[in-house]
Amino acid sequence: MLLDRATLLEAYRRMRRIRVFEEKLNELVTAGKLGGFLHLYVGEEAVAVGVSLQLGDGDVVASTHRGHGHCIAKGVDLAGMMAELYGRATGLCKGKGGSMHIADMDKGMLGANGIVGAGIPLATGAGLTAKLKKTGGVAVAFFGDGASNQGQFHESLNLAAVWQLPVLYVCENNGFGEFTPTDFVVPVKDIATRAGSYAMRSEIADGMDFFDVYEKAGKAIASARAGEGPVLLECKTYRFKGHYIGDSLRYRPKEEAERWIQTRDPLQRFEARALEARLLDADDLRRVDREVEEEVAAAVTAAEAAPWPDLSEVTRDVYVKEQ
Amino acid sequence: MAGRKLSTGQAINEALQIAMQSDPDVIVLGEDVAGGGRRDGEDVDEMGGVLGTTKGLVKAFGPERVRDTPISEMALIGAAVGAAATGLRPVAELMFIDFLGVCLDPLLNQAAKLRYMFGGKARVPLTVRTVTGAGMQAAAQHSQSLYWMTAGIPGLKTVIPSNPADAKGLLLAAIRDDDPVIFCEPKGILNLVDEVPEGDYEVPLGRAKIVRAGSDLSLVGMGATVRIALAAAEQLAKQGVEAEVLDLRSLAPLDEEAILATLEKTGHLVVIDESTPRCSIASDVAALCVDRGFDFLNAPVKRVTAPHAPVPFSHPLEQAYMPSVPRVLEAVRELGIG
Repeated sequence: MLLDRATLLEAYRRMRRIRVFEEKLNELVTAGKLGGFLHLYVGEEAVAVGVSLQLGDGDVVASTHRGHGHCIAKGVDLAGMMAELYGRATGLCKGKGGSMHIADMDKGMLGANGIVGAGIPLATGAGLTAKLKKTGGVAVAFFGDGASNQGQFHESLNLAAVWQLPVLYVCENNGFGEFTPTDFVVPVKDIATRAGSYAMRSEIADGMDFFDVYEKAGKAIASARAGEGPVLLECKTYRFKGHYIGDSLRYRPKEEAERWIQTRDPLQRFEARALEARLLDADDLRRVDREVEEEVAAAVTAAEAAPWPDLSEVTRDVYVKEQ
Repeated sequence: MAGRKLSTGQAINEALQIAMQSDPDVIVLGEDVAGGGRRDGEDVDEMGGVLGTTKGLVKAFGPERVRDTPISEMALIGAAVGAAATGLRPVAELMFIDFLGVCLDPLLNQAAKLRYMFGGKARVPLTVRTVTGAGMQAAAQHSQSLYWMTAGIPGLKTVIPSNPADAKGLLLAAIRDDDPVIFCEPKGILNLVDEVPEGDYEVPLGRAKIVRAGSDLSLVGMGATVRIALAAAEQLAKQGVEAEVLDLRSLAPLDEEAILATLEKTGHLVVIDESTPRCSIASDVAALCVDRGFDFLNAPVKRVTAPHAPVPFSHPLEQAYMPSVPRVLEAVRELGIG
């Protein structure tokens, strides 16, 4: 697959943004500077970026509790995200959502979601809107292996298949549902096979390989856009960090994690392939690295200087017309 | 055209027709709402829902906008929330409010909270029509009055009409409202036939209505209990007691000022609610009277509700379970009037 230089650089930039943004969050939470429940996406960058690089603002994404990566990949403003995580008035959601509810409707980002599996029917509904209003848009639901055991997953896939909705269901199978290994709780080897019950097409991608995700997601998005119905794309990936920041990780063998991190890091693999094929040169990548570092540092500085929300915000935005 | 009469079910159907005609973004979805068995292009006598309320819609607007869904309440309500947040104005049917048990998350954690969690940058113009209440011997899982649950969730609105004319106007207002609204259809009034104005009109959400004026005591009802209150008021009138009857119509937002105004006028208040007593609308009204209307009270506030028990099947048991005119009169006697 041939990608132009600008697309490749943008892919790398978004993956690097996710990595640096989240490493910074890890540092800030550990230092006690940020509160709340934070679930890091580090290690899974190729999935969000491989899919969302092929979406426009008119395409809708519904995300999960591990949602920062999906937001960044969809082009949501980093400074607004950081301010949101700080709970400041300048946050994307005025500080009322936090990590698990970051959203930006203008960017087609229908929100991270604190309920496992709950984004799946929302994306299904967004697919119905696209179909009935003939917007040409598609909807994407990101969710984990754990969510594929939820009723919302099965009910939604059935509905989308019956109605032939333009929805891409992206299962990020990172091997663990919270602390429990996937094979303890999922009887099938590949979650993709669950599409078979709904006569839905499915595909399996190497979620650590941007190029593989990009290619398979691209085909699925194109077919959904063309009215050929929904697709389930399973991306095999790995969570480099714990379920949440502060997770002791006692449940997972250190060697296993080391092996994934050392040999399958999606950023390193992207770089190796791009350099080897002479698609990009190292200077390009290091320049992006510097720019992203500066961007994240500036986002932190701005968030820390930003005002707290006015206390009257507690009861605002409950209804469209204030009661 | 004075005197035109419709059942509540027909009035709801008329509201849906008007809403769909006036806004192409309005769609109707739910189990059997089109009619089950109807394929595109076929001309069959469709069911139009389990009670026939949506009959004729699919013929008028087609199967794209009137959609039979699988029996998957979580997906159908969840997809309706997603569709509402992205540009449609869906009217989803949850056949009976008892089925909240299998689709609460899309309402509780999604529809009710998206706007707030997103800092005001989302709107969810969703209406969920749902049948409530006892009286059809439908027993414990098809007869509950769970509107207290949805009324207690910030971000949702909940309305409950007591007659065909209000049903039409409240449903039109609910569909056109930009927030998620739970529209309750009490079994006790679905077949009630009464005058319904022609044309397009709305009954504003959040406004109660005095349906009978009186000065001796206030009877506050909602949905099917408004008729009970009116019948009790007729009996009381024979004894020279003039009861004012207030129809809440909207449970969330609640018209607190209307409740306090009638209490101030009469000094005595009985609230009649089909639901079980704990955490009920009746308890909410009683708390409001004590909290903000204490100086108006000449006697305790009385609540006439179902008992703290599931709804029984057997006809005499079900009748004993539901609020009734004799029970309202008994409550009034306990106040020392009537």
